[in-house]
Amino acid sequence: MTVAAIDWGFILIQTVETSLGLEAAVYALAAVGLNIHFGYAGLLNFGQVGFVAAGAYGMGLSVTLWNLNPFLAVLVGMGFATAFALILGLPTLRLRGDYLAIVTIAAAEIIRLLARSTTLGDITRGAEGLHAFIGPFRELNPFDPGVEYGVGPFQVGGNQFFAIVLGWGVTAVALVVIWQLMRSPWGRVVKAIREDEDAARALGKNAYWYKLQALILGGVIGGLAGMVQAVGKATIQPDSFVPAYTFFFWTVLILGGVGRIWSPVVGAMVFWAMLTFFQGTLAALVNEGWIPTALMDPTQVNQIRFMLVGVGLALLMVFRPQGIFGSREEMMLDVR
Amino acid sequence: MSGNHRSDGGHPLADVEQVPGVAKPDPILVVENMRRAFGGLVAVDVDHLEIQRGIITALIGPNGAGKTTFFNLLTGFDSPDAGSVMFDGKDVQRLNSHRRAQAGMVRTFQLTKALTKLSVLENMKLGAKGQVGERFLPSLLPPLWRSQEKVIEERAHQLLERFSLHHMAEEYSGTLSGGQRKLLEMARALMAAPAVVMLDEPVAGVNPALTQSLLEHVKRLPDEGVTVIFVEHDMDVVWDISDWVVVIAEGAVIAEGVPESIGKNRAVIDAYLGSGQDVLESEEV
Repeated sequence: MTVAAIDWGFILIQTVETSLGLEAAVYALAAVGLNIHFGYAGLLNFGQVGFVAAGAYGMGLSVTLWNLNPFLAVLVGMGFATAFALILGLPTLRLRGDYLAIVTIAAAEIIRLLARSTTLGDITRGAEGLHAFIGPFRELNPFDPGVEYGVGPFQVGGNQFFAIVLGWGVTAVALVVIWQLMRSPWGRVVKAIREDEDAARALGKNAYWYKLQALILGGVIGGLAGMVQAVGKATIQPDSFVPAYTFFFWTVLILGGVGRIWSPVVGAMVFWAMLTFFQGTLAALVNEGWIPTALMDPTQVNQIRFMLVGVGLALLMVFRPQGIFGSREEMMLDVR
Repeated sequence: MSGNHRSDGGHPLADVEQVPGVAKPDPILVVENMRRAFGGLVAVDVDHLEIQRGIITALIGPNGAGKTTFFNLLTGFDSPDAGSVMFDGKDVQRLNSHRRAQAGMVRTFQLTKALTKLSVLENMKLGAKGQVGERFLPSLLPPLWRSQEKVIEERAHQLLERFSLHHMAEEYSGTLSGGQRKLLEMARALMAAPAVVMLDEPVAGVNPALTQSLLEHVKRLPDEGVTVIFVEHDMDVVWDISDWVVVIAEGAVIAEGVPESIGKNRAVIDAYLGSGQDVLESEEV
């Protein structure tokens, strides 16, 4: 046990670093997709991690199985996510919203369990996952893997830096696309369907087709999140697609505020900042003896930080239910 | 004072015999053998009904008579067990609701469906048909739809002006009163330049002053070539604006005719009040 005072500087640097890092970018992107589903189109998707997995595996398998070049591999990954959206959406989107919710949560688990099954072992390599796909992507890396990149105290290696730039770059492109979509007549129809499908249909809008488009678009963006993660971690493992991640994406979205352009990005940053800050602080407090080990030992810090994020989310719902960016005025319209 | 005879002289259905299922000179909608049952309850069972083009037809009947179900069947929001709808000479039975709307049958709802989180103007613009910018890829390229959007917006402002909602154009439609929402829903339906508007209880829950202005709007529609069908419980409204009245009871058409004669129709009085009553007759109609 150290006797030194808590190193706030170190905790703060770590906090800022993770809130700008690879995970934050991946979560932001996945939540951007979810924002299209839930925020704009009103679709309840509880299987966003399934889209993330579909994208990652689509890209990975394109390289390991079919030796496609990285750009084609990304297209295949998007194709996988689209196929997943069609499988989920075609039978359920004509029904009430809850049916999609039920199907998505199960379907995402089906993808993960299939990928880690021994039956598909020759293809997906089971629980061990895919690794060999990374080569062609590393060749595209314009940064030197041996050099540290960054500003001041924030430094990462070239490969990691490439993935981070890629992640935030793709996020930026996705945001521009969505911003344009949502200010167009297309976005108007989608928002109308979110509120009242029958009203939209009575005005001649094909609600089913728009919902399917929204499901595909958000799913493909989720797939891109999976691809960014794969490139950043140089591995695609089935157990990095457990259902809990879907709910982290939801947390991110709700933190930021549903149905706003910037909310997934800021939500992801805040989410990771909170996790890292609580982790660092709790660990330090335990180590310093401020928190007796009878109450919490260092191995429990990892779980307890998630509880604190939960508490934070609950407080947010009480004091600012619309999220960081949401519009209170818009939200109150429901209550009238 | 009853009836709403067109300005161009006589009643278009003056020579039509006033019996259920009678043929009209120029029908825009023809319903044939339409039947819809929910379990053992037969909600709609209409042998034959024609709706004349360019007039206001009221659909009345006691509570639970099947009026709204009939509306849903006409507009494709529900599917009949049997039967067909001809719209403007074409069989539309296979078309689902949004295609029927595109074809020119636009409806409103009993419980108003103003899209509360869109502005009043956005609500209006949503009503316009054939928008290039509503397709996914063109929506990403504003030059493809900006000029069309301008035209639509222009039209929306004109209609809002006419319906006295102009000052609310930029507000969330969720801030409108119930009556204003009814006005908005009607104005929005007109954005689609429909051949037929179908109003499900257009003045339910609207205050008397607003009701008057709403009815004035409805009365003007036939002059613009729009056929109006509406469901209404308020008999004063029915006598005031309708050219023709169709009475539904227990799912079937039991009477139709000009409003002056419907109130005196024995079958109608029986359906509303039980047989042996003549209260409607004695009322000033």
